[in-house]
Amino acid sequence: MSQPSLYALAALALCAVGLYGFLAYRHLLRKILALNVFGSGVFLLFVAIARRVPHATPDPVPHAMVLTGIVVTVSTTALALALMRRIASQTAGAALREDSKHPPSPPQGE
Amino acid sequence: MAPMETTLPWMAMVIVTPLGTATLSILAGHRLVQTVLFLTVSGVGLSLTGLTWQLWHYGPLHYAIGAWGAPLGIRLYADGLSVLMLWMTGVVAACTSLYAHSYIVHDPEPSETKQLFWPLWLFMWAALNALFLSSDIFNLYVTLELLTLAGAPLVALGGGAALVAAMRYLLFAILASLAYLLGVALLYGAFGTLDITMLGRESSPNPLTLGAMVLLTVALLLKSAVFPLHFWLPPAHAAAPSPVSAMLSALVVKASFYLLARLWFVVFPAALTSAAAQGMGILAALAVFWGSVQALRTDRLKLLIAYSTVAQIGYLYLLFPLATIAASGATDALQDAWNGTAYQALSHALAKASLFLSVGAVLYSLGHDRLDGIDGMAQHFPLTLFSIGVAGMSLMGLPPSGGFVAKWLLIQSALALGLWQWVVVIIGGGLLAAAYLFRILRHAFVNRQSDEPWKPVPRVMEHSALALAMLALLLGFAATPALALLKVGAPF
Repeated sequence: MSQPSLYALAALALCAVGLYGFLAYRHLLRKILALNVFGSGVFLLFVAIARRVPHATPDPVPHAMVLTGIVVTVSTTALALALMRRIASQTAGAALREDSKHPPSPPQGE
Repeated sequence: MAPMETTLPWMAMVIVTPLGTATLSILAGHRLVQTVLFLTVSGVGLSLTGLTWQLWHYGPLHYAIGAWGAPLGIRLYADGLSVLMLWMTGVVAACTSLYAHSYIVHDPEPSETKQLFWPLWLFMWAALNALFLSSDIFNLYVTLELLTLAGAPLVALGGGAALVAAMRYLLFAILASLAYLLGVALLYGAFGTLDITMLGRESSPNPLTLGAMVLLTVALLLKSAVFPLHFWLPPAHAAAPSPVSAMLSALVVKASFYLLARLWFVVFPAALTSAAAQGMGILAALAVFWGSVQALRTDRLKLLIAYSTVAQIGYLYLLFPLATIAASGATDALQDAWNGTAYQALSHALAKASLFLSVGAVLYSLGHDRLDGIDGMAQHFPLTLFSIGVAGMSLMGLPPSGGFVAKWLLIQSALALGLWQWVVVIIGGGLLAAAYLFRILRHAFVNRQSDEPWKPVPRVMEHSALALAMLALLLGFAATPALALLKVGAPF
């Protein structure tokens, strides 16, 4: 299998892991980290696409897109973390639960 | 008419004006709010007028940012639909900004809101303008993220329950954006270009295109809160400050729908004739039904209006099943479906913004938005109640409102194609809308002296809600010029 294809498969695997983590975990920090893993998967796919023509210089356009994507992801992660801290302080430091219908429960092993 | 390079860059001005004033509002703080608002509204108004004139005389327009053309440069593209959406954004944002100014000035809550509100608000406006004008799928990712980054903190400014709702909104919006970006990656990998027009020319059905289409569609369905991916919308729009709810329900969810329609019609035309389009119609019908049922069940005003948004968004997605059959030749029906959908977006934006502003006035006055607490509203706030009634007329689809024209066009299209099921959905949705809106009116007209303390509401708040409601009502009369504008650059 060619190197770009290997990277592309790894990228899709990362996306799958990130998606699973986002949906499966209840803790907000894990959800944010899972989204970052998903984002890394997407960026890895861009990097693989940059090398889709063998024995040529890599295509710079996907690299530019990865850089932009990283900047955007950093900003959104920062916002999500700040919001998470605000929620944590409001629910008196109990386990961060996203579902506001349930009362805050004691910290669990998640 | 062939697109041509423009001389006066009105398209760029439409985007740059709110960006510039947003930056100005960060630097100037809360001192120059009125100046900033005046500059934004007049600048965007002037640019839109210029852009509409150019569109009318030259047809669809392209503008290459920095004079770098496609495929490497980012191009802006304006046709009838984008300009109509820009006018919708401008009018709703202008009226809601007036309301928001009064809302913040009279806000008894801490001043942190005042510091952050205007930059976020103006960035949201800039993001909407940029989204409606972009024709580069990666630039659209950036505008979608800008919308999320502006919208989530604006929701969080509501405090309390709004924080969790904002977090949910933020997380799912980021997920949707990343899925969208994955689709962009697949499209670029397949065709080597990011420009929508060029993608349209080169696109062909293959596994990569299919994967990209699925990813992009699911991402944009999540962003426009279509059943069953609507769960994040009602808590977020109900808990947010009222002007923010108005902007989100009226404009932000429409932006994702606009993008999906644009992508399907230009880049994935094969999807239009597939079973996926019928699936969209089923989702649309479920959205109309489910949103209306939840609106009938809830006991809070803002939550009722938010569920109404879920239901009304369903009407927009009827475009896809109607376009499927029509694409095989019945261009009149396709034109009616296209026009009806655009008109639905337009009139729903005006009516929904007006409803949220009116309900916000009630919330300001009473301190809560419980449905059983508004007994006797007819005596205290007749003007706000009138706004609610008039906006409701557009949601129900009564003539001469914009909602009536929209539903009329959609029903015409469905009848011409012999698709009775969508006619039932449209009419049924109108009846359900009447049912949940009458819930509000029933309580408001109760002739009972309740011991609720009704605080007087600032004039500006009531009048801006009324202005939007009257615009929604009279939109039916503006159908001819609006539909003529819509024809410029339409994809049929």
